[in-house]
Amino acid sequence: MSRKQKDILTWLATFIVMLIICLPGLWVVLSAFRPNGEILTKPAVWIPRDLSLDNFRAIFGMGEDVVGIPVASYFRNSVVISVTSTVIAVLIGMSGGYAFARYRFPGKGAAFLWLMLSRCVPGIALSLPLFILWSWTGLIDTQIGVIVVYTAINVPFTVWLTEGFFRQVPRDLSEAAQIDGCTPWQAFWKVEFPLAKSGIASAAIFAFLTSWNEYALASQITRSTDSKTLPVGLMDFTAQFTIDWAGMSAMAVIIINPALILTFLVQKHLIAGLTFGGVKG
Amino acid sequence: MAEVSLNNVVKRYGAVDVVHGINLDIAHNEFVVLVGPSGCGKSTTLRMIAGLEEISDGEIAIGERVVNHLAPRQRNISMVFQNYALYPHMSVRENLGFSLKIAGRPQDEIARAAQDAARILGLEPYLDRTPGELSGGQRQRVAMGRAIVRRPDVFLFDEPLSNLDAKLRTQMRIEIKKLHAQVGTTIVYVTHDQVEAMTLADRIVIMKDGHIVQTGTPLEVFERPVNTFVATFIGSPPMNLIDGVVDAGAVRLSDGSALPLPTRTGPIRDGQRVTYGFRADNLMPEGHGPAETGPVATIELPITLAEPLGAESLILTEIAGVEVQGKMLTPRPTRPGEVLRFQLALDHCHLFDADTGVRLGQ
Repeated sequence: MSRKQKDILTWLATFIVMLIICLPGLWVVLSAFRPNGEILTKPAVWIPRDLSLDNFRAIFGMGEDVVGIPVASYFRNSVVISVTSTVIAVLIGMSGGYAFARYRFPGKGAAFLWLMLSRCVPGIALSLPLFILWSWTGLIDTQIGVIVVYTAINVPFTVWLTEGFFRQVPRDLSEAAQIDGCTPWQAFWKVEFPLAKSGIASAAIFAFLTSWNEYALASQITRSTDSKTLPVGLMDFTAQFTIDWAGMSAMAVIIINPALILTFLVQKHLIAGLTFGGVKG
Repeated sequence: MAEVSLNNVVKRYGAVDVVHGINLDIAHNEFVVLVGPSGCGKSTTLRMIAGLEEISDGEIAIGERVVNHLAPRQRNISMVFQNYALYPHMSVRENLGFSLKIAGRPQDEIARAAQDAARILGLEPYLDRTPGELSGGQRQRVAMGRAIVRRPDVFLFDEPLSNLDAKLRTQMRIEIKKLHAQVGTTIVYVTHDQVEAMTLADRIVIMKDGHIVQTGTPLEVFERPVNTFVATFIGSPPMNLIDGVVDAGAVRLSDGSALPLPTRTGPIRDGQRVTYGFRADNLMPEGHGPAETGPVATIELPITLAEPLGAESLILTEIAGVEVQGKMLTPRPTRPGEVLRFQLALDHCHLFDADTGVRLGQ
């Protein structure tokens, strides 16, 4: 086989694999821009004939057809909940990760193991106890209720990832900084934090994506526009007898976009974070 | 004035004492080297002076101030670490100026200080590089530059040359010595390399198992080791040691042969078990070294092996079944088994107690 043929085969294989991965996403994006009728046509219409922004207008209540779904509220809830839970998870994760990486204390190994084991429990298994607890405490259907849950989901992961990064920053650097006149706090912010930045950034992105995309738990503990997030809001498009696929796809695109943009913006950190993490184990 | 004094300084980890109440006074501008095998407590001692380790007991003073409870930044010290500990995300210039920036000094002063340090250490072409773009020797110089910029009372060096190759180590050793001559600050330097200790120090402090074994100038510890540990630790090759028993003004060895007593020996008695010590430099084949002015013992010994070093050769031979090394200052080809007449300079021989290893006499 010549080199050229090999190249062609490689590209072909890559194309097929990418097609399998991307097709559902592509279908969602295409469906977001065409009318429900075309989406439901059989056999499927592969090349869209009628592209428009009508579905988006409809869900934002601006077009001729108005879908009665408060997308703006859901969007706001999603942003508030994801950003807040990410910030808290990263702050806790950073402190925890630093402590695990730098200090010796009784029960350290066991504590770390338990933290990691907590990730083995599928979130949905906790939904009923959570529901009951949140009903008792009045956290049901509140942003705070969801933020607490998402923070709890994300903390073990952020601790694990940042611990690995802080462990890679030699202790000598912090000591050198302290000798150079820094307080331990300054040494952390001026020397150790900048060096572990990639890890902290990737921890933040993963935490944000987890919160942004989470559906199972949110569907149990959110009820109204006060707290419903975008993924849960998607279900609003299903009525008793019909599903508004066009509107649902448009909203799915809205959900996908921030995550996609964020990932592109910080992909350098993300890759550094992932490979670093891989090496340390 | 920045004397450093350690009074009964103890470091304890749990129930384990790693430094057992050491006492040491370091004079202003003195270059003191703490040397010893790994685990002897020398680095811990240095880190206690730096404030990076807490003191379990005792007192450390820098200048007039007792610094036991002061944070490292309050002690006005600088430290050069074994792995340089340069800030990888800052340029050489920023590394050099970091301490002044933290101290809130004006920009132009920081720039000038960084420039001065770079000039002294030949780092000017590299000011805008990051540490990752420098060679080992250059990084070492940046680490030293960072230490100079602060104008500290005391410089602390923690095995700063151990990551460099042999050639660079020799070169940096000279630079450190020049630096001391230039800035004249008190230096406490830790190493496990006795050559570094000998070449750099005004005074050597030899440590073992958390104790100070001997303190003295390089020549003192070389010529008058207090025990067999120092005798074998300092000097290359280590001192030759042969066990024997004092018998009628000589030391009777295990094979029945005898070596005359060293000229300077304290009170000893017949039958006392001793260790006889001498350096390779003091066992020379006749006619292959400077004529010995003091008393000598002449012994005929078969050569096991010769190690030519260029200007001199180390001669490996045996006395009473113990392998010993002599030195040939004007080397000539030799062959194994050849018997040579050696002169042992008795002025430079030593007696140690065979049980305790402690030196007998002056």
